[in-house]
Amino acid sequence: MQLLEAGIEMGMQFGVFSVGDVTPDPTTGRTPTEAERIKAMVAIALKTEEVGMDVFATGEHHNPPFVPSAPTTMLGYVAARTQRLLLSTATTLITTNDPVKIAEDYAMLQHLSDGRVDLMLGRGNTGPVYPWFGKDIRDGIPLAVENYALLRRLWREDVVDWEGRHRTPLQGFTSTPRPLDGVPPFVWHASIRSPEIAEQAAFYGDGFFHNNIFWDAGHVRRMVQLYRRRFEHYGHGPADRAIVGLGGQVFMRRNSQDAVREFRPYFDNAPVYGHGPSLEDFSELTALTVGSPQQVIDKTLSFREMAGDYQRQLFLMDHAGLPLKTVLEQLDMLGEEVIPVLRSEFAARTPAGVPDAPTHESLKAQTEVTV
Amino acid sequence: MTTRRLAVVSAGVGVPSSTRLLADRLATAATAALREHGVQTEVEVVELREHAHELVDAVLTGFVAPGLRPAVDAVTGADGLIAVTPVFSASYNGLFKLFFDALEDGVLDGKPTLAAATGGTGRHSLALEHAVRPLMAYLHAVVVPTAVFAAPEDWAGGTAGVPALDRRIARAAGELADLMAARPVAPAPDPFDDPVPFEQLLRGE
Repeated sequence: MQLLEAGIEMGMQFGVFSVGDVTPDPTTGRTPTEAERIKAMVAIALKTEEVGMDVFATGEHHNPPFVPSAPTTMLGYVAARTQRLLLSTATTLITTNDPVKIAEDYAMLQHLSDGRVDLMLGRGNTGPVYPWFGKDIRDGIPLAVENYALLRRLWREDVVDWEGRHRTPLQGFTSTPRPLDGVPPFVWHASIRSPEIAEQAAFYGDGFFHNNIFWDAGHVRRMVQLYRRRFEHYGHGPADRAIVGLGGQVFMRRNSQDAVREFRPYFDNAPVYGHGPSLEDFSELTALTVGSPQQVIDKTLSFREMAGDYQRQLFLMDHAGLPLKTVLEQLDMLGEEVIPVLRSEFAARTPAGVPDAPTHESLKAQTEVTV
Repeated sequence: MTTRRLAVVSAGVGVPSSTRLLADRLATAATAALREHGVQTEVEVVELREHAHELVDAVLTGFVAPGLRPAVDAVTGADGLIAVTPVFSASYNGLFKLFFDALEDGVLDGKPTLAAATGGTGRHSLALEHAVRPLMAYLHAVVVPTAVFAAPEDWAGGTAGVPALDRRIARAAGELADLMAARPVAPAPDPFDDPVPFEQLLRGE
């Protein structure tokens, strides 16, 4: 209530996440250059704010055909060209990045963006990337656990002495800059299928993000329920007040048959699921919606039945070789016809007491209350 | 009367299929052998041909679609397994491998299993030993010593001509029934119902 009066309450957050793939447009055979793709990601981020959405999250990859290897460089640039957009990641690799560098890079971004930063941690599932960074994919879970435990200390303690199994020890180390206002960025933990990561998110009372664009609803429900149950177990509050984020993937035209016709070649040739299930089967099983804006609204509202009240909805809009012009049109439709309806429909369905996703302002206010 | 669940997986591609014919005979023999132990058998047959598209999808998407789920659950929840494949190019066929690739880790741990195959000539019979048995060993299934191979000549000759195949079927089914009757398979722990506590993960366990 206090937060509401302070004008901080924003309700559910809506945004866009980009994997940053360089994929030939299957309808023209044209492949964008890296420069074009990187600039396209920036244009999409700026458009996300322009059409009234709240979050832009970039992927992090260290192998072709992906371009975004340096998330804070991109997000710093976007920060300078936006006013209120939250800058996030999908995901930041907690396994192969040095947690010391994550602590520094994202604190730096916090200062540059006046606190408009949170991040989503993930492990990465590309085997060779681990050895390229001196790690082993078989240590994925232990790396995520140890590195994040260190990252938390680096943001919360001014001077850190530390020793672990996966990194050189630290003696008298201070990560700089210190987090803005002494408030570390909010952290989401993302995993598609590892219960250990839901457990980790629950243990710390952090957010849990399930990228449900790749898995069926039954599985998503189990992962989210595990996180909620353990969130309560670890004393962070009732299960239905845990902080949950979900993915989604949409392609819209006024007439749903037009959407299907136009998107099908992109779907059929897409990385990950292309040449596999039909567009119709995949739409039925996962968070993909190809159809009219109303179908997108209905499908997105159904996520709440699956996962309970949740705080953040990110849409994948720009993969599989879709041209930038089309993506920007899609974002206009999303912003004009879908998001306003979703905001009011979700608000009407959400019981009192379900918290918003933490932001820098809300976390800062919380610290001040605690002190 | 005690009950055991027996899953029968047939990777035959023809309809009708000699692989399915062999699978059915093995299931009947195993049911009879279990009855001698005083055990009743619930048989569930999985025809992989019916799930061919879903199996390819599962490989590409990484998840089992609802249409394939009952087949996976039948094997996961069974106390014993009869796995029968046609021999293609000196090994199990692709459909057979796709199915076992789609199972979660640990599903076959300790599961009594009978391996069987059909082929165009008896010269393929060792595919059971050099291909199917190592696959099942990797999956930690307990494979009975007798594997059953049926070549075209095994189906010939009426009652006088088939005693060799019948004997192998009876021996293998008896071995499977002995293992299945001895104990039901304990269900695998569910990591979602029973997660590793985080304190343990923090200690690097």
